[in-house]
Amino acid sequence: MLRADYILKLLEKNERIDGRKLDEFRKIEIERNIIEKAEGSARVRIGKTDVIAGIKMEIETPFPDTPNEGVLKTHAEFAPIAHPDFLPGPPSEDATELARVVDRGIRESNSIELEKLCILEGQKVWGVFIDIHIINHDGNLIDASSLAALLALMNTKIPKYENDKIVRGEYVAKLPISHYPINVTVSKIMNKYLVDLNREEEDVVDAWLSIAVREDNYLCSMQKGGKGLNIKDVDEMIDLAIKKSKELRKLL
Amino acid sequence: MGKIKGIELLKNGKRLDGRMPLEMREIEMKVGVIPNANGSAMVRFGKTIAVAAVYGPRLLLPKHLQENDRAVVQCRYNMAPFSTDERVKPGPTRREIEISKVIRQAVEPVLFLENYPKTTIDIFIEILQADGSTRVTSINATSLALADAGVPMKDLVVALSGGKINGTLILDLNGLEDNNSEADMPVAFTANKKEITLLQMDGELTKEEIKKLLKEIFTAGEKIYQMQIKALKDRYSE
Repeated sequence: MLRADYILKLLEKNERIDGRKLDEFRKIEIERNIIEKAEGSARVRIGKTDVIAGIKMEIETPFPDTPNEGVLKTHAEFAPIAHPDFLPGPPSEDATELARVVDRGIRESNSIELEKLCILEGQKVWGVFIDIHIINHDGNLIDASSLAALLALMNTKIPKYENDKIVRGEYVAKLPISHYPINVTVSKIMNKYLVDLNREEEDVVDAWLSIAVREDNYLCSMQKGGKGLNIKDVDEMIDLAIKKSKELRKLL
Repeated sequence: MGKIKGIELLKNGKRLDGRMPLEMREIEMKVGVIPNANGSAMVRFGKTIAVAAVYGPRLLLPKHLQENDRAVVQCRYNMAPFSTDERVKPGPTRREIEISKVIRQAVEPVLFLENYPKTTIDIFIEILQADGSTRVTSINATSLALADAGVPMKDLVVALSGGKINGTLILDLNGLEDNNSEADMPVAFTANKKEITLLQMDGELTKEEIKKLLKEIFTAGEKIYQMQIKALKDRYSE
């Protein structure tokens, strides 16, 4: 409670507890191809938040309405190692939301060329499984996870498929990627707009808007959380998200 | 899942069900449809039918879930197995878990939760038939059910979906449009203060398109608000 008051008091002066500007991300560190067993992987650290995205490619049956397209599935796990509040068990509401927001950014921007992942129409297609593993939670999981997922997809290779079997460790091509959505979550606290909240700041957030911005500045998904926003908020939050997405895109 | 490519959803400026781009489907609202609940309502947008029931504020158990300074809102959005073309397997899907959360957040801002510590306000929503825009239909039903339950509210919550088909902005997507649109954007807002309490978007929209769509949703939402008031008055003037 005292800590929350302190955060708000500083914010009145446009200051943050870790000395950042309101629209400043923490230091972002990226590692690619860190899991040899996975077809693609990446680790993203934003400050003390630490997220690994791993991609596994499996043979799947296509959806009936898209018989010649590969399938994309995203799962997120708040592993109990990452935070005292994370408990073992089925994915929580927040973990489910995280997975679905990451999934929508990738899916709705048509990032992966799923139509190139058909093996046998109506019967066999490649399934792209994005698994988000939170290693340490210090806020802004959506942006960290989305970035890790995109980076992992960008280094994903399609395994060799021979005599109805996947030959692990041998690859025939890179996963075809044509769009690069960057997710930026803009938060509102005391009528100020901030990016990249840390865990303590998230405790005092009024509302947030998570926006996936494509390289052509099209917005491809939005998700609002917390309390209400007015139209001016939405306007300014979108502007800030577009601006920050340009910065983050340089990391790809 | 996925999109059928190349479907023509707009012919001669009209949608496949004959509507103009900014026209809503036929809307029906009825308050007090579940006698056992403290408050309830049915809302229908075209073929989409949602029933919402409110129980509470009532004591929240187990105790460790209680909040000492406010009520907790619990919300469950559930699709009836027979509500869609292919049977919905019973049990919460990831989609339903997420929708339950965003519906809860769409109505929480109008409630005086601090007046009811240690209690829960339970919102149960059943989609009896799904033909697009189920979450916004549910929110309209929830707004009415909360008012019917006599839970003090700062405002009613109005919800409507917008989207884009064949490059044209539209309101109130039906199922076919939902699955094949270039974008869909469900929005909920408080009727008087125009505070946006739910905002989601999937697809491809420019910032200008989002602003235009929000404006159209606010304008059309006024009609939905008037219908909510009428449905509430009808319930208590019988």
